[in-house]
Amino acid sequence: MTLPLIIYRSLRQHALSTLVTAGGIALASGLLMCVWMVKTQAQATFTQTTTGFDAVLGARGSKLQLVLNAIFHMEASAGNVAAADYEMVRRHPLIKTAIPIAVGDNLRGFRLVGTVPELFKVQYAPEKTFALEKGGRMFTADAKEAVAGSFAAQRLGLKVGDTFRPFHGLAFDPKAEHADDFVITGMLEPTNTPVDRVIWIPLRGLQTMSGHDPKAATDVSAVLLQLRSPMAGLQMDMMYNKQGNRLTFAYPVGAIIAELFGKIAWFDQVLALVAYLVALVAAGSVLASIYNSMSARRRDLAILRALGAKRRTIFGAVLAEAACIGVLGAIVGYAVYFALFTGVAQVIRAQTGVVLDVTAYHHVLWISPLAMIGLCALGGVVPAFKAYRTPVAETLAPAS
Amino acid sequence: MLAVSELKKSFVSPEGQQVEIVNVGAFALAAGEQFALRGESGSGKTTFLHLIAGILAPDSGSVVVDGAEMSALSEPRRDRLRAEKIGYIFQTFNLLQGFTVLENVTLGMSFGPRGADKAHARDMLERVGLGHRLHHFPQQLSTGQQQRVAVARALANRPKLVLADEPTGNLDHKSGREALALIREVCREHQAALLLVSHDEDVLAQFETRRDFSDINRAVQEASQ
Repeated sequence: MTLPLIIYRSLRQHALSTLVTAGGIALASGLLMCVWMVKTQAQATFTQTTTGFDAVLGARGSKLQLVLNAIFHMEASAGNVAAADYEMVRRHPLIKTAIPIAVGDNLRGFRLVGTVPELFKVQYAPEKTFALEKGGRMFTADAKEAVAGSFAAQRLGLKVGDTFRPFHGLAFDPKAEHADDFVITGMLEPTNTPVDRVIWIPLRGLQTMSGHDPKAATDVSAVLLQLRSPMAGLQMDMMYNKQGNRLTFAYPVGAIIAELFGKIAWFDQVLALVAYLVALVAAGSVLASIYNSMSARRRDLAILRALGAKRRTIFGAVLAEAACIGVLGAIVGYAVYFALFTGVAQVIRAQTGVVLDVTAYHHVLWISPLAMIGLCALGGVVPAFKAYRTPVAETLAPAS
Repeated sequence: MLAVSELKKSFVSPEGQQVEIVNVGAFALAAGEQFALRGESGSGKTTFLHLIAGILAPDSGSVVVDGAEMSALSEPRRDRLRAEKIGYIFQTFNLLQGFTVLENVTLGMSFGPRGADKAHARDMLERVGLGHRLHHFPQQLSTGQQQRVAVARALANRPKLVLADEPTGNLDHKSGREALALIREVCREHQAALLLVSHDEDVLAQFETRRDFSDINRAVQEASQ
């Protein structure tokens, strides 16, 4: 009871400094956990996000751009794939499924993608298939109809029966409105993939949109492919990328995204370095805070010694006090982590449609707080030693 | 209960000279005895009490408390002995300002053999008339009340030796008399030996056995020659 009482009273006596220091620890711990969790989850989620396809065929250009455009609906298309090329790949014996997509229009910033209803029969993840919300139906291939992804529908406030006019281009420009009216026939249930951010319309609807080039009315932007075997990917790669020079075959999708993460690994390292530095500064602030309070507490420590407290009791009390600040910071650090992670996850979801799970477990969620507590205790060693050496007689009333 | 022999302590003055403060040839106190030492400020009487309590290490000499030779004990065992057998009442009370009245007393007890016995601490505080101030902080009390907390804390462990350093020095005349009566009464109840140092003649006059500190401290005698 003695040690907890001494620690509690000391922390209360220096409440402001305790709170500020614990705040620093919380920020450091929360930041460390957030950087780590976003990094590992984003990498895992993005590389697994294939929406059910093994490869993408598109115009000659960067594989990464092709995957980002066709799977993540982010980049602009590098060019078109002629109808003949689409037909050829669709009929290729190594290809199981070929789904064409066409892009180039938006609805108030949300991308319109033209495709065929067969896309929604593909399993977008193991054991997961697309489903429409109650009361909706899939668009008809030759009608001016649309099915909205859940996130886009929620953000745009769309419901079944609504009509809209698309805007030309991938970025929203109010002056670039098309004259075609589309009607919403259904809303997709959330998939937590980039599909949620898209408004899907029939391929013909996008190809023949008023104002589009009639010469390209049969072209597609890319073809999403399911292969019959992994060996097929290597053969197609040879055919399109090495022997051909008009089209790009991006395979495997996950590996191409992993390459992107490899290229931006330095950014993770910078973030991690910042978090480590914050952790070090926080531990330093524990040292400074307790060390500075030592002058004010010398008398109390001397009184405790005069009452019979052993030096090691005093040393332990100061060390445990530092660790307690660490514990307090680590607990609040979870709140910081949840707040930061939720914010980052929302931005990532809004930008990519990929959902990160704030409740997911990783070892860093206990390693980081424990490391912070350890660092704080380490920061308490110097002031604890100073307390240990407090001269009792000198510190108490002047000799007479 | 207490036996002091050839106890010496010197300090280095700001001028760098070795100055002897305490040089006591022999001093003893029996169990239950109440003894007053008269001494002016700077006469070394607080240093003498610190040496007896083991707060300060002597240059040479011996202090035996309840049969235990202080200088033969390791520091942790000296701390333990102080917590178990010595109650110290300071002139400036030395209460822990961040702790409540009850906590000041229980904390003092916690280093002793009985541990932090809250019920006994409450009894002690009621005994000194502070039963209604248990959860107050020292700064919320009058000077006289603070001194009573210090008395309760010093006696809560039922020490065999009580050292009181100018216990009435910061109190008005009435409060001083009350505090002194309380200390003496509680010491009698607990059969504790009391060694009190003061320069207040009114306080000293209440003790049957009293002596000038200068009579036993050869350092003062030499300095005055």
